[in-house]
Amino acid sequence: MAELDTSSGGGHKKGPGVKKGKKLSTRVDLTPMVDLGFLLITFFIFTTTMSQPTAMKLFLPKDVDKPEEQNKVKASAVLTIMLGKNDQVYYYEGDDPTKVQGSNFKAIRDVILDKKRRTDPKDFVVVLKPTVDATYKNTVNILDEMTIDAVKRFALVDISPDEYKIVQATEQANGIK
Amino acid sequence: MPKVKIPRKSTSVDMTAMCDVAFLLLSFFILTTKFKPSEALKVTTPSSVATKIAPDKDVVLITLDRDGKVFLSVSDQNKTQKEKILDEINTSKNLGLTPAEKQNFVKFPSSYIGVPFSQLKSYLGHTPDELKNVTLAGIPVKDSSNNELVDWVHAAVTAFEGTRFNLLVKGDDAAKYPSFQGIIRAFKKNDQMKFSMVTNPVAVPTGTELYKINMAAPQNKGAAAE
Repeated sequence: MAELDTSSGGGHKKGPGVKKGKKLSTRVDLTPMVDLGFLLITFFIFTTTMSQPTAMKLFLPKDVDKPEEQNKVKASAVLTIMLGKNDQVYYYEGDDPTKVQGSNFKAIRDVILDKKRRTDPKDFVVVLKPTVDATYKNTVNILDEMTIDAVKRFALVDISPDEYKIVQATEQANGIK
Repeated sequence: MPKVKIPRKSTSVDMTAMCDVAFLLLSFFILTTKFKPSEALKVTTPSSVATKIAPDKDVVLITLDRDGKVFLSVSDQNKTQKEKILDEINTSKNLGLTPAEKQNFVKFPSSYIGVPFSQLKSYLGHTPDELKNVTLAGIPVKDSSNNELVDWVHAAVTAFEGTRFNLLVKGDDAAKYPSFQGIIRAFKKNDQMKFSMVTNPVAVPTGTELYKINMAAPQNKGAAAE
């Protein structure tokens, strides 16, 4: 493979008495060069980071102490989603946490969309309450779900002790550790 | 039957074209490649449909590792702010850091703070390389009465002197919520109501509301995802 091809030198006749100079071919065997090229390509393909990390924006609500300055929402238009252990999701509509229902990250999309369809878009609010057992991933996933489902108004709020108790009771009843 | 002579053809192929392609691809990859910075903190970020590329200038990065420990770092281009942040903490907390100790934080690229104030002096007495195998305690955030990140964010706000800077949170999938809650509280206390979370990009699931929005207006694709 790695030889210089010298056989096909000088083809045409020159006049009588003109000495034929032995012509060397300019053809070089490129196989090793191709080998090297592809080796480097593989190296760069494996080391390259094509997908750059993205940034998900989040706006926090201002903490207001006085109740008269707080945003008022219609209780019937609120969907509260609580995040529990082991990627479990709990939700209830309105302001009665005892009506809590279990769900998961796949099924919650339909719940949100169903509620969204049934409520006036002006009033519709989703309240997100991760418990201490939820992970950061759960939190980001549910925030992402808000973007995916085009929910305009949502808030990330601390869970109340009562609600946490209900979540814990539900988890115990379902045998989730 | 007379033997039929099959003319023997040479097996060598002209490599020039293949060589051209190989080196074209090679130059493409060399130019586009961006080496992963060696990370002392291993963090697996969650994924989201956000399409905005995470900024790398004027960044105050809060890293949340899998055990819920919190670390603070400043982008390498902002050396002056990096120094100011440390100065601010030094004076307000009376830590008595020497210039050499300060330089250990400022000089080294991708250095981060990951200890409570009480351990800061001894922590900065070492170079980041020396600390590679040391387990750090992280900045305390979980206890709302002793949230030291509040002071760090305050120092960062002061150091950037009202100019726009990007607050980034880079959290690990497995980190528990209370640490993240502590970070949010620290932001809120400093009136930093806007921040971003570093995520891996994923495609928008087909058939969802956002998907429909993006399909309807392809020219500003992803505008709603930001």
